[in-house]
Amino acid sequence: MSIIRYQSPATSAPTGFDRWSNLRDELDSLFELPFWSNFQRQTQLFSGWSPALDIYQNNDNVIARVELPGMRKEDIEISLHDGMLTIAGERKSETGEADKAERTERYVGKFRRSVSLPTMVDASKVTASYRDGILTVTLPKAEEAKPKQIQVNVE
Amino acid sequence: MNTLVRENRNGVQQRQEQFVMPAASVAEDGDNYILKVEMPGVNKEGLDIAVENNEMTITGRRSLPAVEGTLIHRESRLENFRRAFELDPSIDTGKIAAKIEQGVLTLTLPKAEQVKPRKIAVE
Repeated sequence: MSIIRYQSPATSAPTGFDRWSNLRDELDSLFELPFWSNFQRQTQLFSGWSPALDIYQNNDNVIARVELPGMRKEDIEISLHDGMLTIAGERKSETGEADKAERTERYVGKFRRSVSLPTMVDASKVTASYRDGILTVTLPKAEEAKPKQIQVNVE
Repeated sequence: MNTLVRENRNGVQQRQEQFVMPAASVAEDGDNYILKVEMPGVNKEGLDIAVENNEMTITGRRSLPAVEGTLIHRESRLENFRRAFELDPSIDTGKIAAKIEQGVLTLTLPKAEQVKPRKIAVE
């Protein structure tokens, strides 16, 4: 798992499905996040694999959680560019040629999710952990974005 | 093979608690069937696998600590996972092995001795 330099989606060899999921994320970012939060995952329409993404925030951090069961951590890429967090990766087929899948509902292949962050974050302090198939990215808020209490002196 | 993956949906609907059905895959690998079930956020402690009358019920409870903060966007489901599979009679239920790794449960379901292909030597 590593923080990688942002690469424009146009140069990262998109497949047909990737284009749709990029479009969807772009559309998502046009609208305010709470507007979409009522919608359940209607992502199946757009893409083969679109992992569920949750965003939390507290006073100090913005936290993104993505459901990525069965990945290798080396295959997860996290990048940050202009307040846009992108999580991408590829799940490789684990089955060799010897055992043929009789039936599968699990997705194999690439995914890409992008989300606009609600505040400025300090890109140099971003941390990520991958546990039980869930990726948690912690993005500390930039100093100027943190809520501050200002003392008012009444004379 | 068909009966292995045929779900018993009635069993799920009778319960009070709401569950989501996890995605699964079945493969045949020599003497075993390999069943993989995706349950992100579930680890060994939250997992329950019960076999009764050739029906195997897998329940996975999410055990990841909650994030401190306010939720501003949600796509994941709150419900725990449950799915029931009817096992083919050819499976040796006493020898089922399970492991869970990064939210993916892998079950190895061995075929019973009597259904394995056997070569008979001619003397």
